[in-house]
Amino acid sequence: MNIDRRLFQLLKEERAPFIFSLISGVIASGLLIAQAFYLSRVIDSAFIQKTGLEKLLPLLGFFALFSLLRMVFNWASNSEANRGTIAIREKIFIRLIERVGSLGPIYTRSVQSGRLSTTLLKGVEALDAYYSQYIPQIFFALFTPLLIVCTIFPADPVSGWILLASAPLIPFFMVVIGKSASAMTEKQWKTMSRMSGFFLDVLQGLPTLKLFAQSRSQRDTIEKTGETFRHATMRVLKIAFLSSLTLELVGTIGIAIIAVGIGMRMMDGKLTFQHALFVLLLTPDFYLPLRQLGTKFHAGMEGVSASKEIFAILDRSTPAGGDTTGFLKQDSAGTCPIVCSNLSYTYPGATLQAINGITFIIPESKTTAIIGPSGSGKSTMINLLLRFLEPGAGSITINNCPIHDIPLEKWHRQISWVPQHPYLFNASLKENILLARPNASEEEMNAALTKTGLASFVTSLPDGLNTMIGEQGSRLSGGEAQRVALARAFLKNAPLLILDEPTSHTDPELEAALRNSMEELMEGRTTIIIAHRLETIRSADQIVVLSHGKITQCGTHDELFTAGGFYRDALLLQQESSL
Amino acid sequence: MKIFFRLTALVKPYFWWMALAALIGFATTGSGIGLLMTSAYILAKAASQPTMAALELSIAGVRLFGLARGVLRYAERLISHNITFKILTKLRLWFYDAIEPLAPARLMHFKSGDLLQRIVDDIQSLENIYTRVLAPPLTAILVAALMWFLLGVYSIQAALLILLFHLLAGIGVPLFSAWLSRGVQIGIMKHKTVQQVLALDLFQGIGELQVYGKLPEHLEQLHSAEKSKLELQRKNALIEGMHDSLTGLLMNAAVISILWALIPAVSTGGISGISLAVITLAVIASFEPFLPLPATVKHLEADKHAGERLFEILDAKPETEAPATPLPFPSNHDISVDRLSFSYPESMTKTLDSISFSIHTGQHIAIVGPSGAGKSTLTALFMRFWNCSEGEISVGGYNISLLDPEVLRRNMSLVSQRTYLFAETIRENLILAKPGASDDELKTALSAAGLPHFTSKLDEWTGQHGMKLSGGERQRIAIARILLQNAPIIILDEATANLDGLTEKEVTETLKAITSGKTLITITHRLKAMEQYDKILVLDKGAITEEGKHHELMEKDGLYKRMWSLQHEVSATLI
Repeated sequence: MNIDRRLFQLLKEERAPFIFSLISGVIASGLLIAQAFYLSRVIDSAFIQKTGLEKLLPLLGFFALFSLLRMVFNWASNSEANRGTIAIREKIFIRLIERVGSLGPIYTRSVQSGRLSTTLLKGVEALDAYYSQYIPQIFFALFTPLLIVCTIFPADPVSGWILLASAPLIPFFMVVIGKSASAMTEKQWKTMSRMSGFFLDVLQGLPTLKLFAQSRSQRDTIEKTGETFRHATMRVLKIAFLSSLTLELVGTIGIAIIAVGIGMRMMDGKLTFQHALFVLLLTPDFYLPLRQLGTKFHAGMEGVSASKEIFAILDRSTPAGGDTTGFLKQDSAGTCPIVCSNLSYTYPGATLQAINGITFIIPESKTTAIIGPSGSGKSTMINLLLRFLEPGAGSITINNCPIHDIPLEKWHRQISWVPQHPYLFNASLKENILLARPNASEEEMNAALTKTGLASFVTSLPDGLNTMIGEQGSRLSGGEAQRVALARAFLKNAPLLILDEPTSHTDPELEAALRNSMEELMEGRTTIIIAHRLETIRSADQIVVLSHGKITQCGTHDELFTAGGFYRDALLLQQESSL
Repeated sequence: MKIFFRLTALVKPYFWWMALAALIGFATTGSGIGLLMTSAYILAKAASQPTMAALELSIAGVRLFGLARGVLRYAERLISHNITFKILTKLRLWFYDAIEPLAPARLMHFKSGDLLQRIVDDIQSLENIYTRVLAPPLTAILVAALMWFLLGVYSIQAALLILLFHLLAGIGVPLFSAWLSRGVQIGIMKHKTVQQVLALDLFQGIGELQVYGKLPEHLEQLHSAEKSKLELQRKNALIEGMHDSLTGLLMNAAVISILWALIPAVSTGGISGISLAVITLAVIASFEPFLPLPATVKHLEADKHAGERLFEILDAKPETEAPATPLPFPSNHDISVDRLSFSYPESMTKTLDSISFSIHTGQHIAIVGPSGAGKSTLTALFMRFWNCSEGEISVGGYNISLLDPEVLRRNMSLVSQRTYLFAETIRENLILAKPGASDDELKTALSAAGLPHFTSKLDEWTGQHGMKLSGGERQRIAIARILLQNAPIIILDEATANLDGLTEKEVTETLKAITSGKTLITITHRLKAMEQYDKILVLDKGAITEEGKHHELMEKDGLYKRMWSLQHEVSATLI
């Protein structure tokens, strides 16, 4: 049936609890039969032989003992299956987050966060029913009816044959109906995960919707999405329930046939009352595990559907982190030039190369500025240096070692990065800054705050440094967020500095004030900076001009200004518009 | 309890559907009991070798009950699930209706990851309020009543005994298991919320986490939240397993007690042996509806918690409300700001302190000043995201609080520093500004906004928060939006601050072309081409310190001149 091979593979990793669960379940099934036997004896003695209560006490005692034991073993069986399931879920969860972690920002940016978190948090949870209920039930649906039928045969062979004949109908219908339900469940899972992404988007964009006076009409979209979801689910359920209807009918009609049949055979004197009652008591329990398989199959299929998204993430190849140690002996990237040779990168699905075979050297301890119009490949270049992207062709080497062969954490340890849109975590401002160096002393922290002009801002906050800054730093302006990133860079004190528009949201007054500290930060470090405002890069030791993924010019301010071209044009443009 | 009543009030429209589903649910269990009772009757009767005719009725009964049970269950499940999804949609709309007026002022302190969790999870858990909370006790009560009646016919003693065990299974076990699992559901929900926030931090801040070497630590945090959640879920599963076992045990205990009570009567002939067999099987069947009851208590706890959290958000009073009878938008667009003051809640300082100015229709003005001067707050007040604490803003002589905020916003376009793009197609992102716009209109707007190459990409997805687009492209989408919106008043709030020099110039030129003849408010800290403005307001620490045309301000020795000199000195030294 629908045992996805890979899900089953995971089961093998946690074999023991499941085996215990099955053994306990088998014992419980045996006890169930014993119970039915004693109960039929008690009623038979009281009814047919008119035995008094005193003589029946031992029989009732056995019945009580077996029912107690059965409950204990049932509980143990559930508990063990759950233990194994929890272990598997934890494993998958760890694998998932580690995979997402190594896939990096370029991947997470390309998918909706809402969808990812649905897969991560709900998808893994959906596997619970698959392992804790569906898998054990497959076994019990086979074993328990078989055991029951074996004990019924000596009592009443005819009933045994009826049960044996009707039992296969259940899995048959299940497979027939289950197949189409499976495809539908999958579709429904997708709808759900899309819907969750859609809601986050609508919520985050609510101010925008309001600006265009569209927030109220968005209501209709939500209603429509909800209705789509309802229709999709109801379609699945109509079929899923149809399967349970069939299973239920096989069960109840089976009971009816057996009851009438044994009644007839008793009239003919072929069957004693005790045997007949024993058979009747066990008949519902014969069908029960098969019927339960139906419902659990449905719950399990949800897990199978969810697992497709999980495996889709797990199957994404991650850049293989190398373990070259040659470079690490020096443990400082600041003393070697970084060489880009024939470097190319094309985004998946794009036809044009974002970086097209460029070769240049980033000199050590000096500042290299990258400029160019938007879409020229500046950000791609930064992403390659940060190793968020793997070069399509060519290489970036330091000390003759391709940076993509260095273990990722070791490479990142060499880098301070100030992105254009720094992410602020849902934590206090202090934690957000200390991210760069958790053990920084108070003086270092204060120095970083002063240098980035955050000191006075901090005092204006209600809880100072301990103020929580919300999602995407909603309480901080873009400029403030960038200064937090700068403060991080100060604290990290790494030999390589990558500045991606570090002051694009800062006003000129503050920028002027920050310039000294930025120069201090860049001093003696290999710095790569992207800046639109050319003031920031005038003093760069090398200015690289990119256009359509290629280097069109490279030189110092004076050289480029004399030579003319994009740099000079941009500079003049800036002059002209400000004068 | 109040929360529970508020929640049930929400599902009230479906009362009759729910009543029907509950009745069918009861009939389903009733058929199950009937099936076993008549079967037992056939056996017991057959033991005395009666005529075939004596059994005919019960044989028909067995078949009927057998069929009915299956069909009724199918109907009950379909109806109750349909109710569930109707409730779900209703809850979502109800939530959205309530949250929409609160945005953005009242939602500032909610993290949207948490909000997503609230919406999807809390609402998803509330959707089951009928199937999990309301229906099971109802069915159990009806079945208990039926059994009481059936057994009462044979023996009052047996009826009292079954009542006792039904009470234990229906109230005792659920309360016991609720006591054991107290706090577990809430704990699980809390861990889930923590995880959601951590997951969002992971997805959106992964670059920072990698570069600062914090990824392993962050993953460990996520893992430990998962671990705590799993521990609680395990505890939950153990308790659930236990209450299933307990209910089963009570069923067996009921069988033993009733046999104990009735057997002496059978031997004395007070009760027929047939009845003994029938009653025993009925007792066994009657415990089925009690199995889901402990879960009901747990769901009740979870729903109460979910309801609390939802109401906590929704009970906030909206910052701005549409007036009952809004005035029509005036044809005269003169704007006047009169002694306007504003402070954010829980803030001691005034972000804007008694500022006054006026703008005539068609005038272009600039509001400049260092960051933190209150410039963007002014935008939020114009857009009526907040209400003025004191003073007023009026358009065409009408206080804007007397206008319908939607109409006001439709007549004022805003381009801000960061343009929010929905994870939809370019078309969806544009059409927002003019619902029903034709493709040609969209294409014209795109071309005019400087994105002619996007005209063939209307159906392309923009990616998470429009991440597939560059900063310049995003701002141009915003421009295309205001072109489509075609409002008489335009506010540019640092609209070009994120763009590189060349793009900035191009975008600025596009903006210049489309704003001519309209009333324009430019908010900026970058003093470029300031001569074009009819009036410049200098905002510093919430107050207007200078006002006038560029050359007038340059003659004063104030903040404006200092800012201008600083920005232009820097540029001048470049050459």
